[in-house]
Amino acid sequence: MGDILTNFFTGTVPIEAYLGLSLIMFFCGVYGFLTRKNMLMILISVELMLNAADINFAVFNRYLYPGQLEGFYFSLFTIAIAACETAVAIAIIINIYRNLKSVEVDNLNQMKE
Amino acid sequence: MQYTLLILALPLLSFAVLGLVDAKWKPKVAGTIGTTILGIITILSYFAAWQYFTQYKVDGVYQKVIAFDYEWLRFNDLLHINLGILLDPISVMMMIVITTVSFMVNLYSLGYMKGEKGFQRYYAFLSLFAFSMLGLVMATNIFQMYIFWELVGVSSYLLIGFYYTRPAAVAAAKKAFIVTRFADLFFLIGILLLSYFTKTFDFSILTSSNANVFAEATSKTFMGFSMLSWAMALIFIGGAGKSAMFPLHIWLPDAMEGPTPVSALIHAATMVVAGVFLVARLFPVYVVFTPEVLHGIAYVGAFTALFSAIIACVQTDIKRVLAFSTISQIGFMMVGLGVSGYGGHEGVGYMSSMFHLFTHAFFKSLLFLGAGSVIHTVHSNEMKDMGGLRKYMPITNWTFLIACLAIAGIPPFSGFFSKDEILSASYSFSPAMGGIMTFIAGLTAFYMFRLYYNIFWGKEFKPATQSENHHGHGNTPHESPFSMSSALVFLGVVTCVAGLIPFGHFITSDGVPYDIHINLTVASVSIIVALVGIIIATYLYRKENEIPEKLAKTFDGFYKAASHRFYIDEVYLFITKKIIFNNIARPIAWFDRHVIDGTMNGIANSTQWVAVKIKGFQSGQIQQYAYVFLLGTLLVAALVIFLI
Repeated sequence: MGDILTNFFTGTVPIEAYLGLSLIMFFCGVYGFLTRKNMLMILISVELMLNAADINFAVFNRYLYPGQLEGFYFSLFTIAIAACETAVAIAIIINIYRNLKSVEVDNLNQMKE
Repeated sequence: MQYTLLILALPLLSFAVLGLVDAKWKPKVAGTIGTTILGIITILSYFAAWQYFTQYKVDGVYQKVIAFDYEWLRFNDLLHINLGILLDPISVMMMIVITTVSFMVNLYSLGYMKGEKGFQRYYAFLSLFAFSMLGLVMATNIFQMYIFWELVGVSSYLLIGFYYTRPAAVAAAKKAFIVTRFADLFFLIGILLLSYFTKTFDFSILTSSNANVFAEATSKTFMGFSMLSWAMALIFIGGAGKSAMFPLHIWLPDAMEGPTPVSALIHAATMVVAGVFLVARLFPVYVVFTPEVLHGIAYVGAFTALFSAIIACVQTDIKRVLAFSTISQIGFMMVGLGVSGYGGHEGVGYMSSMFHLFTHAFFKSLLFLGAGSVIHTVHSNEMKDMGGLRKYMPITNWTFLIACLAIAGIPPFSGFFSKDEILSASYSFSPAMGGIMTFIAGLTAFYMFRLYYNIFWGKEFKPATQSENHHGHGNTPHESPFSMSSALVFLGVVTCVAGLIPFGHFITSDGVPYDIHINLTVASVSIIVALVGIIIATYLYRKENEIPEKLAKTFDGFYKAASHRFYIDEVYLFITKKIIFNNIARPIAWFDRHVIDGTMNGIANSTQWVAVKIKGFQSGQIQQYAYVFLLGTLLVAALVIFLI
């Protein structure tokens, strides 16, 4: 712990720290996705998982291929796509709300019939 | 002579217009369409007959003309089914009979069926029947004949069951169809056997008397008879079914449930003689290669003629008397064919059979139409509701009398000439056969005049009270409308003159014209026998008296048996209901319901059971899916990490 803090302040953060962060973020997202009942919260959880993946892109690019930019560009792409996806998802959620007067995901099981 | 195709095409067109097109015509229009088209093809077929008999005689022999031929189905070089039009003396003769009687029946029905529900349907079916029957007689090959054979069966079924709200009519239609269909099964087997060994369906090859064609069929034997005999016997069974030969006659009396003009057309003049026509068509095969089958046909025909003549003497429903008389007369035709040889004087049986078919078609349809006219007036089929009608219906009375004299064999009416030829052919076959046939001729005269006196003489007419009077007019009997009586008069005239046609000049077994000589001995015997029959009938039935009842009492058992048609129907019912249903049909039904259906139900039930069990997986809850998905992913990841 001491090493990590030292490295953090001296500017040499080890890869495990980034990966640990993204892992925690990802599973926070998974947990939120599985447990929250409000669709907006589920959407936020999905965003969290996407962001965890973005961090991984950036980190692996930084540590494995320093000086190259593919990973960073992938992060940018993902962010843009995530934005679109959010727009679509919100539109769907609004429509669901109009039909069901609710955004609770438990009420949304008409598709099984 | 390609225009003969029109003779087939026009009735089909009329059927399509009246029956298939979804249009409701006014009854008058529908009737006019049907009748006009029949009139046109009647004229066409007269023209064709004239052309055929004047132009297609080569070296004194009438040729077979294939006016039209079309390969319909080709399986390989040997096996192909054609549709075409074959013109030879008998098909041309049948063409005339069918179109004339059809036209008369169409005309007559304009009056008879007036105001009936389903008038248009009736005319559509009549056209369908005319089409199928003409196709049958003009068939170039036996398979085409079979196709049209079934088509006439269907039209007969449809027309017998025309009053489909009456259970009796429905049952009769079903019975007619099943019995004839049962016989047609043998016909089909016969066709297949014959064509398997001869490698052809074609009539012109089959009837060429070429021994090479039948070499294989005659050389193979089965149970003591050659394959050819089996095939020809099976084909005859098909003909016997259609022509109501014993023991397949049971459908014809019941078929009288149909409208009376239909009985006149189908069950007297045309369809029921299809069996006779079939034997005549294949006559060269029968007579040259399988004379034993031909003799069998003669015996079946003679027995049927006798059997049904006896029944006809005691029936009280006038249409049933006519039905049994039809069966008896067809028996005569079969005997004529059965006793015949080939060519010249030997072949007089063939000629006489065709002659009798020709004359019978006219006088029997006249009888039926006359009976229809009576039924139309008194609204009953039973003799007890009639009597003394001669004063009220003069035209019907006279035409009916003419037809009765014709069928009884009194010269110069047509029936005398043809029946006399059959009798002389029978005498030259064997004296016993001739004697039996003469006796039946006497019976015929007796039962026909019993019928005649019961309708037109006998007791005075008392209006029936309980019989339905749906036409709304009063109870006084009256002559039928013009369309009906004109058909009667026309057929009456034909009946008077048809016997004078030099029939032997047109139709003989080998196509060579032959002069009919009336055998004076046979003729005088048959006339005397017929007169005796008529005199007995006159004595018994002309005035209402006690003698018929006393006679019925004296021969009580026989009378009862005959009026129950010798219990043949009961025997059939016993065989089907008690034996076939119980021992064959029910086990098969059990097997079907329990084993076959059981297997299928088992498959369905187990599928359903599995489905019920696993349907919980599909909850529609997205988070549950995601949870399972995640677990699966983790499992796969764990496998990848720890095992590989």
